[in-house]
Amino acid sequence: MNFNIKKTLSAVLLTAAATVTISASAAEMTGAGSSFIYPVLSKWSEAYKAKTGNNLNYQSIGSGGGIKQINAKTVDFGATDDPVKPEDLQAKGQIQFPAIVGGVVPVVNIEGVKPGELKLTPDVLAKIFQGAIVTWNDKRITALNPGLNIPANVINVVTRSDGSGTTAIFTNYLSKVSPAWKDAVGFGKTVNWPAASTVSGKGNEGVAANVTRVKNSIGYVEYAFAKKNNMTYTSLQNADGKYVLPDDKTFAAAASGTDWTKFPGMATFITNAPGANAWPITGATFIVMYKAPSDKAKTAEVMKFFDFGLKQGKQLATDLDYVPLPDETVNYIEKTVWSQVITK
Amino acid sequence: MIASSSSQKSSIRNDKTSKVQRIQDGAFLVVSQLSALVVLIVLLGIIISLIINALPALKEFGIGFFFSADWDVNKQKFGGLISIYGTLVSSFIALIIATPLSFGIALFLTEICPIRLRRPLGIAVELLAAVPSIIYGMFGLFVFAPFFAEHIEPALSSTLGKLPYLGVLFSGAPNGIGMLCAGLILALMILPFIAAVMRDVFDIVPPVLKESAYGLGCTTWEVARHIILPYTKAGVVGGIMLGLGRALGETMAVTFVIGNAQRILPSLFAPGSSIASTLANQFGEAEPGLHFSSLFALGLALFVITVTILSLAKLMLKQMEKKQGTKS
Repeated sequence: MNFNIKKTLSAVLLTAAATVTISASAAEMTGAGSSFIYPVLSKWSEAYKAKTGNNLNYQSIGSGGGIKQINAKTVDFGATDDPVKPEDLQAKGQIQFPAIVGGVVPVVNIEGVKPGELKLTPDVLAKIFQGAIVTWNDKRITALNPGLNIPANVINVVTRSDGSGTTAIFTNYLSKVSPAWKDAVGFGKTVNWPAASTVSGKGNEGVAANVTRVKNSIGYVEYAFAKKNNMTYTSLQNADGKYVLPDDKTFAAAASGTDWTKFPGMATFITNAPGANAWPITGATFIVMYKAPSDKAKTAEVMKFFDFGLKQGKQLATDLDYVPLPDETVNYIEKTVWSQVITK
Repeated sequence: MIASSSSQKSSIRNDKTSKVQRIQDGAFLVVSQLSALVVLIVLLGIIISLIINALPALKEFGIGFFFSADWDVNKQKFGGLISIYGTLVSSFIALIIATPLSFGIALFLTEICPIRLRRPLGIAVELLAAVPSIIYGMFGLFVFAPFFAEHIEPALSSTLGKLPYLGVLFSGAPNGIGMLCAGLILALMILPFIAAVMRDVFDIVPPVLKESAYGLGCTTWEVARHIILPYTKAGVVGGIMLGLGRALGETMAVTFVIGNAQRILPSLFAPGSSIASTLANQFGEAEPGLHFSSLFALGLALFVITVTILSLAKLMLKQMEKKQGTKS
């Protein structure tokens, strides 16, 4: 009896060991960071695995976490919505490139107001989040929306409580359009929200839950999230003075107005982009890798994966309401950025 | 004692077995000692790593860190007062609500409840403790908070909110989540702990004391007030402290319903932050430097507060046991 148990145990152990070796032999790339890009990466990696058999293990832990992990060299690449500064890239021997473009949209919960009906200007949006406009029937809001029945209630501001790339994109936009915001709050993954009525939720889903639940509220979420939850997004005046609605076309218009190649380390926010049709709060997720990686084969595999995603994964990204990068930008990334990586 | 019993046996068995047994015994002693030691080492390790990581922030801001209400990541200014205030206030609200409820539950279970209902009711209360805290958080955010915003908060602000001085506590926009909601959810979570301890200490009151009181014509309330409570004072306070210890460190449920605003507002309807919720929200994205270190300093503050309260609780429970020993 005892002997039998030992035998079974060793058999189990052997099988376990064999499984481990098998899974280790297939190249598994690892990445971590931005939750903004996560839906796209999971679609891309599914398709890539079907084609090559190679798997991507991506942890959607937030942009800051992604930077921490790549700096600690525990992953093959990090993903961040808040681009790493060129001098930091230089100091650490890293490269950076944008991989996908998406939009952040203000969402409201006002009885009787339908998606896209409420018009806001950059200045009014900043003043609402700053707590300078506190009721929905403030003249500065009603003047923009004649004919829309807006209640006299207090505005409940909803924000992200955890550090997030979505917050970085949103506050970067507010800093660009409002000097008062820039002086008092600034931009970053976590900021001190000034409005007295601010309630914060964890993650895109936390903000979505709070905006849907709290009446007369306004918050900001990633566009795919607003669409999936049927939230009431607003129309926003862009840098050219035109009112635009968020969708993949206006995000693409914003992306095409930005020439990443002009910025060292491609590090730029594409918020408040010029163009009559450009959605003003558009952002990109950046991928960060080492120039001289310790596991060269894995990094080469990562570049193959992104080559696949950037070129053949365009439709997959569009289906999710993200915007793929223009061909010229992809060419620039492959010729100028990836060529710096030592893979042999 | 072990040595004497083994020497007795060795006279019957042969030398070899006793030698083996002695080695086994020694090994067992060492292993069990090591296991106990591991706990101490881990505890010490936690304290040391907390202090080391918190040091840069404490050096930069000094002891003022714990009294400053600045928390601005962009300007690299940090102070722990907002979170410490939120932790203490939400836990205090929880205690105010949970203590009388627990007292009622414990008294009912030990004095009034028919014997055959005691076990099922007791188990039901204990089951509350088995509900994972994330479930409380979801319940709080999606079910409780909307109800709170629609019915309870407007009612409170139109009644208690009209009082002089106290009124400010119940003012402001009723949006459901905030300090009061966090306190209520916490009260639900610590209720089973306090109730269980109270029930246990009420059970050890010698029946002869209660029966004499009843014999003199006391009502149940009078027995509870003048016999049970004085007799179990220390134990009851110890149980409340245990509940408080749990409320202070609760993370997920509080993060869901406290509102996570980095400011101190007098109204209990207003959102705030507790130490645990600030850590849960900001640790993942904190970059090495002052922000990271300040979060550790907050952790250290929570550790000190919790350890102090739990030690006090243990001390009181211990005194209670001593008293019990001399009386029965």
